[in-house]
Amino acid sequence: MSRLSFKQISKRFGSLVANDSISLSLDPGEIMALLGENGAGKTTLMNILFGHYEADEGSIEVDGKQLTPGSTEAAIQAGIGMVHQHFTLADNLTVIENIILGTESLWSWRHGLSAARRKLIDMSERYSLVIDPDAQAGALSIGERQRIEILKALYRGARILILDEPTAVLTPQETENLFVTLRSLTAKGLSVIFISHKLHEILAISDRISILRRGKIVDTIKTSEASRSELAEKMVGEVVTRPQLEAMQPGAPVLTLAGLSAYGDDKFPLLNSVDLTIHAHEIVGIAGVAGNGQTALADVLSGLNRDYSGELKLHGDTLTDAGPSDFVARGIGRIPEDRHVRGMIGDMQIWENLISEDLRSEQILKWKIVINKDAAIKRAEHLIERFDVRCEGPQAQTKLLSGGNIQKLILARALSPEPDFILANQPVRGLDEGAIAYVQEQLFDARKRGAAILLISEDLDELLSLCDRIAVMYQGNLSEAVPTPTRTVTELGLMMAGQVIHAN
Amino acid sequence: MQIELRQSTSLLRVGMAPISAIFAALVLCSVLIMWAGVPVLEAYALLFKGAFGSAFALKETFTRSIPLIFTGLAVAVAFRSKFYNIGAEGQLYAGALAAVYFGTGLVSLPAYLMLPFLLLVGALAGGLLLLVPVLLKTRLKVDEVVTTLLLNFVILLVVSYLIEGPWRDPMAMGWPQTASIIDEGVLPTLMAKGRLHAGLIVAVLASILIWAVMRFTVLGYEIKAVGFNAKAAEFSGVNVNRTVIFTALISGGLAGMAGVSEVAGLKGYLTLDLSPGFGYTGVAVAMLAQLHPLAVIPAALFLSAVYVGADSMSRAVNIPTYIADVLVGVSVLAILVSVMLTQYRIKWRK
Amino acid sequence: MSDLLDILLTAGFWAATVRIVSPLIFGTLGELICERAGVLNLGIEGIMTVGAMCGWMWVYQGGDLWGGVIFAASMGALFGLLHASFTVYLGLSQHVTGIGITLFASSLSYFVYRMLLPSATTPPKIAPFQNLEIPVLSDIPLIGEALFNQSPLTYLALLCVPVVWYVLHRTPIGLAVRMAGENPVAVEAQGIDVLAVRTGAVMVGSALMAVGGAFITMSWFDAFYFGMVNGRGWICVALVIFASWKPGKALLGAFLFAGLEAMQVRAQQSAGAFIPYQFFLMLPYVMSILAMIIMARRAQYPQALLVPFRRGERV
Repeated sequence: MSRLSFKQISKRFGSLVANDSISLSLDPGEIMALLGENGAGKTTLMNILFGHYEADEGSIEVDGKQLTPGSTEAAIQAGIGMVHQHFTLADNLTVIENIILGTESLWSWRHGLSAARRKLIDMSERYSLVIDPDAQAGALSIGERQRIEILKALYRGARILILDEPTAVLTPQETENLFVTLRSLTAKGLSVIFISHKLHEILAISDRISILRRGKIVDTIKTSEASRSELAEKMVGEVVTRPQLEAMQPGAPVLTLAGLSAYGDDKFPLLNSVDLTIHAHEIVGIAGVAGNGQTALADVLSGLNRDYSGELKLHGDTLTDAGPSDFVARGIGRIPEDRHVRGMIGDMQIWENLISEDLRSEQILKWKIVINKDAAIKRAEHLIERFDVRCEGPQAQTKLLSGGNIQKLILARALSPEPDFILANQPVRGLDEGAIAYVQEQLFDARKRGAAILLISEDLDELLSLCDRIAVMYQGNLSEAVPTPTRTVTELGLMMAGQVIHAN
Repeated sequence: MQIELRQSTSLLRVGMAPISAIFAALVLCSVLIMWAGVPVLEAYALLFKGAFGSAFALKETFTRSIPLIFTGLAVAVAFRSKFYNIGAEGQLYAGALAAVYFGTGLVSLPAYLMLPFLLLVGALAGGLLLLVPVLLKTRLKVDEVVTTLLLNFVILLVVSYLIEGPWRDPMAMGWPQTASIIDEGVLPTLMAKGRLHAGLIVAVLASILIWAVMRFTVLGYEIKAVGFNAKAAEFSGVNVNRTVIFTALISGGLAGMAGVSEVAGLKGYLTLDLSPGFGYTGVAVAMLAQLHPLAVIPAALFLSAVYVGADSMSRAVNIPTYIADVLVGVSVLAILVSVMLTQYRIKWRK
Repeated sequence: MSDLLDILLTAGFWAATVRIVSPLIFGTLGELICERAGVLNLGIEGIMTVGAMCGWMWVYQGGDLWGGVIFAASMGALFGLLHASFTVYLGLSQHVTGIGITLFASSLSYFVYRMLLPSATTPPKIAPFQNLEIPVLSDIPLIGEALFNQSPLTYLALLCVPVVWYVLHRTPIGLAVRMAGENPVAVEAQGIDVLAVRTGAVMVGSALMAVGGAFITMSWFDAFYFGMVNGRGWICVALVIFASWKPGKALLGAFLFAGLEAMQVRAQQSAGAFIPYQFFLMLPYVMSILAMIIMARRAQYPQALLVPFRRGERV
């Protein structure tokens, strides 16, 4: 009998069919990979399993017994544990507090803390998942926080563990450690569902692979019989070729950082004397685990954080005390990390968002204070066409657009003035294959035209395929940017974990 | 229960929101009227008659709507940028203080200069009072709701001190009130009989001006951008702190003008009962208007009618006048729900 | 300076302080519980008014005192439920809902009061809580009288501080409440209904606020006046920030305020000739603002305060 089976699960959101009659099964001790690009419906399916959503049709059975739909509690009772892509931890509480929440009767008069601590320590030894029960969750590294999530599930007796994109935030070595853990767990009889869109990881860890595309299961194959190219094609449906980096001679230096240090609240140091020069016709990538200063660097280069020391020069001119508007006016294009938080104002119309960076320019302003709406609409119409944004027109509400189309709007706003320097912070995160190829093509076009580009990403594969040179950021320090082919993945992984490796 | 974003919002639905909210409030309050032993429809008919039934009633309703237009605008502008100014009451008194300080003889100008001058100093006083909470918010991240609320109490005590002490009118037979505004500073009445004064024109002009600013200008764009998503606005290059401070000055200024208009148009002098809570009712006005500057006018008229009508209703039948305040409170809550329903739909299953 | 010392050395000052502090403790703890769960409750001013009216009215209509307290608490919880339905279940603006609740709750209290007592010109008084003298301890000079010869409601307020602390920090339900204020998704992921936890916290918090209001009419003024809560609710909101969301510090802050106010009343009598009384009355409000300024930078807000949690919403 299979441990878990999905029976014709369907789920719609408005007109979007997220899951279309999905049937799957999972055996004890098996690692099944769920492969699919962003938006294929993987997370929705897992949220139905875990009771966050209720399916419109279909049912789920665990060990032959039907699972109560729409109840997280029932899912946990049935032995399902989930490690979400975005950790569900309270940063200000301790590890043990995070773990015991929900394990005791809510109406008991006191915590059984000492028993819980013993059980946790015992468990972390058994599975070699070392953790200090009394540390503040927020103070731990990302790898450690993921460990808490796994322990949380095991603590509650999970026999089916779901990991949603667990490697997206890890270094290659941490990923390897995670795989060791997963193998030891399955050896003890656990079943694992491993959700990812990274082919090589799926091939390395899973026993079986189910491929999800546009809400449907396209195929389920044994990993031993699968090939990379076949998986890629089944995942995307068609052969999408990502653009290739053409060799090109770098031009004159465009952006120069020398001894750049940046500070946060209360003068807390975020960047530590960063040196970097980016030339025309060049893409420089910055790798690193999230939270190591990438955001601080991006904030300085977007003009948001002016509390820095050291040199920041564009074409040899120092950019002093200038805000985002000045940066844009001087020829800096910026693609922010989170398109919904910083990129676009969802409650405004498309044309309004497309003028937000040069409100006071001659094209947009008339009589000193009035916005020239006709000109703005004309601009929006032009950009919507040029960047192939699928929408109802310039006056559509921005928040109703898909993620890919919102990203295209951001590209349109940032790239259409043909900036000399482009800051691209996680430009393809969460996009589907077609949109990813589009964004990368746009960046390559800009490079060809002569722009200097800084690409920040947590995805090593992306950096390796897009960048002329690559550097690693760790705790506010930036390594030397060296030509990409001179670094191996292992080296980069070690550097992301703080090891210093000099260019040979 | 699940809440889903609507793909589109029709203008009809937006327009219906306040109407259905008002209807819901009237229905809910009818429970209280029934408790008072008065037939519901009769009570509401009396309320309607009291507000609109005669030329006198109409004029009263319009007169009372003037401060509500100002405070409603003040709240609407501030809330647009998500700056929660609940201190319109205090700013109203600050404006009134400025009006009596300059208007009772210190400055004497011809009427066509005196009136704009008084409105200006009143607006400045209101804006300056709000400068304290807004700077605390932008500099130190102190929550503005609590500071503006607390300042209402402080400013009332200042008024109390002044009208009992240094500013007390010696001719007022010991009543705690200030001297009267000089004739040049009095807002003329609009009609021969009744108290309706030129403050109404100023209030309507202010609404139109604010509407134009919000709709057509860069400042309006920036206020909206900051209110919708301050982080994205900042990323685009909007100076968020400066915009919030600007908004606060406008908001406080509008509330201050309410005080000037009450002193110079209605009372002539300043007492502690100048405002029966116009500042707080302004929140209800702004919410009913869905923060739209032009919609503030009908919203203010409606709530003014509730107060004027309730006064006259409670004289005719045995219902406490507090029914008006209850109606206002319920409408604030009802409009919140009905506006939400224009953007979301609720599904009663998961 | 010696005047100040004189005041500090009178038993009357300490007794007044402890009386003034009681509603502040209830209100601050109530607000603290709501905010710990992630919900700002600006309905506090109105809910205290409801409590003041209901507790008093219950006794005036012939009920007994503790029945009045329970009635006030239940009415407070009911308004808490209203606040929670709006802010927790519908995810509406906590600021505007709170103001709306305050407008609605206080005007409804006045309306009901007028309905039941249409013609009363001077507010009638009830027989309030009698002081409960604790033998031996109340004989301690100066503070004995103040702390151990007080209304039972004051003892209840003081008792609430350790109880609230214990429940928040030492029990599973308290952990769920704090987690709901830090990261509601984490609560949901552990199979606990966030919305229920938040709603429960807001109801309990609102019940405490209402008892704070009831103290004013049942153990202090013995009558119900219009506008008698007089900004105490807002001061409690400021005190929660001052206390960094910690019950112990809330007690300390409330005592500081009450002491100041008690001193202010006495200083009026000695210094009233030089300084107008209005400036003394201003002190609590000004102090509240100052307290917020001092603590604003240091305060560690509950991470999910003001953030609505919508189940299964797709962004």
